[in-house]
Amino acid sequence: MSGERFRPAQARRRRAGRLFQVACLASIGFSITVLAILLVDVARDGLRWVSWDFLTHFPSRIPERAGIKSAVLGSLWMMGLTAGISFPLGVGAAIYLEEYSPRNWITRLLQTNIANLAGVPSIVYGILGLAIFVRFFGFGRSVLAGAATLALLVLPVVIIAAQEALKAVPTSLREASYGVGATKWQTIRHQVLPVALPGILTGTILSLSRAIGETAPLIMIGALTFIAFSPTSPMDPFTVLPIQIFNWTAKPQAEFHELAAGAIVVLLFVLIVMNAGAIILRNKFQKRF
Amino acid sequence: MTHSGSAPAPGGGSGGASSGALRSTLPFDLGHRASRRWGERIIALLLFGCGLISVLTTIGIVVVLVTESAGFFREVPIAEFLTGTRWSPMYSEQHFGILPLLNGTLLIAAGSMLIALPVGLTSAIYLSEYSSPRVRAVIKPILEILAGIPTVVYGYFALTFVTPFIRMVFPGTGIFNAASGAIVVGIMIIPMVASLSEDALNAVPLSLREAAYGLGATKFEVSTRVVVPSALSGIVASFILAISRAIGETMAVTLAAGATPKMTLNFLESIQTMTAYIVQVSLGETPHGTLEYRTIFAVGLVLFLITLAMNLLSQRITRRFREVYE
Repeated sequence: MSGERFRPAQARRRRAGRLFQVACLASIGFSITVLAILLVDVARDGLRWVSWDFLTHFPSRIPERAGIKSAVLGSLWMMGLTAGISFPLGVGAAIYLEEYSPRNWITRLLQTNIANLAGVPSIVYGILGLAIFVRFFGFGRSVLAGAATLALLVLPVVIIAAQEALKAVPTSLREASYGVGATKWQTIRHQVLPVALPGILTGTILSLSRAIGETAPLIMIGALTFIAFSPTSPMDPFTVLPIQIFNWTAKPQAEFHELAAGAIVVLLFVLIVMNAGAIILRNKFQKRF
Repeated sequence: MTHSGSAPAPGGGSGGASSGALRSTLPFDLGHRASRRWGERIIALLLFGCGLISVLTTIGIVVVLVTESAGFFREVPIAEFLTGTRWSPMYSEQHFGILPLLNGTLLIAAGSMLIALPVGLTSAIYLSEYSSPRVRAVIKPILEILAGIPTVVYGYFALTFVTPFIRMVFPGTGIFNAASGAIVVGIMIIPMVASLSEDALNAVPLSLREAAYGLGATKFEVSTRVVVPSALSGIVASFILAISRAIGETMAVTLAAGATPKMTLNFLESIQTMTAYIVQVSLGETPHGTLEYRTIFAVGLVLFLITLAMNLLSQRITRRFREVYE
């Protein structure tokens, strides 16, 4: 019978299984190793450049005197304006889609459109920003033009995150509010939004942490790479950390590569703080129904 | 769904005009609510306006790319653009064939997929089928960190670590080469493939696995012959999205892969992708409105259409071929 042939095959199959498990584990190990190498590579070259002077000096042709003051200030401006534009628009759109929209083709179109926008390459947003904000609206190569471009870029992510947060609010809460005579907007404003807010904020912070690392769209709209002054209004020209990193990395001299590594250390630090903030917010305010 | 607009309200409808969705929950009139109702309508309109911004964005992208490209195609025939094998808009002898840029882009996409697809999928299988919850709780955040690192940082990593490594193994390779760009693009896409494929694997019901175990299958056989085939549509959709990401990737390939548009399949040569070309022009001094400047819109249009087609395909596969389990 086939029972006799079955036993040796079982040993072989077990061996194949073990081999496969090792291969899968090796894949995970590959990612972890690469991350470790990347962090060590950056830290080894960049850490010794990070100092108070590095943060408070403007860029310079002389590596020893160069700093990232204008890039840090530019990134802060960019973050503030991008958040200010994308947060209300994104949350508004999410409220419309979750609470108001009827189930018809317009809603389906909006939803498909948002999903597709999330997959458009960031450089295409740069082309859009260049044509619309820089030229058509006449913002010039300013902080505002950059922030408007990045706001459109992160908008789909903000909307989807806010929708998830709104979906998690139980219907019973809305029904109770309607039951005591509240209008739709009163219900949303006083019952639904406060419960959904931590989730919305977490999603927004995470999407902004994507915006702060964006380089290509800002190069497109003409963020300058050598700026030796601080932007003081939304209409000023600007540079940001990723562009400063790009600029220094593209130079052939090793000293500038080390400066780039220093700026990367600062950028990654900011990203870690933002992500940690988002996680703390999520854990602290998360309610389960 | 009831359409509250046209149906007469129960009880005579003396409460006045249609009051929208509230009618279903409040079938009585509370009085002096006219001002409130107007406020409600304005808010609903404002929120609809927010939703419309996303549609305007899409329209804006299409209009900008199409109108600016139209100017370009008035001077350069589409046939020459799509089939030409030389790309040299900045030289005195101008050629406008996009194939070299397409070649560079596809070379990067193919190379990066050689890394991202197998590593991403096996990582997903490990996370979904093999790992304990505690191990998962450690690995998932690490993959999220990998996904959150800005692409310009990967560009730095390519230039200062991967390229020297390649030059050590293959002496004679130039500073800029497709391999270095493809490797880091592959690395940055692993988390995306792993996470989306894992979602697909997790959606396969436990009962399918239990049935296979009941027939005496090993874990390996259950994973590769039951779970993976059942989740195939989700896995394929994640692969297509990954390719689309690789095609649109900009900073790492601009820094690492070079600026030489070329028809080649050699990973050790310097190439140029569509995205890197667009960056190169916008960093340069090309005056606005010239034919040379308009090339970025034509190239941008091709890039947009390719990624859009792949994203739509991925969504379609998820929707059409998903096995629905109880």
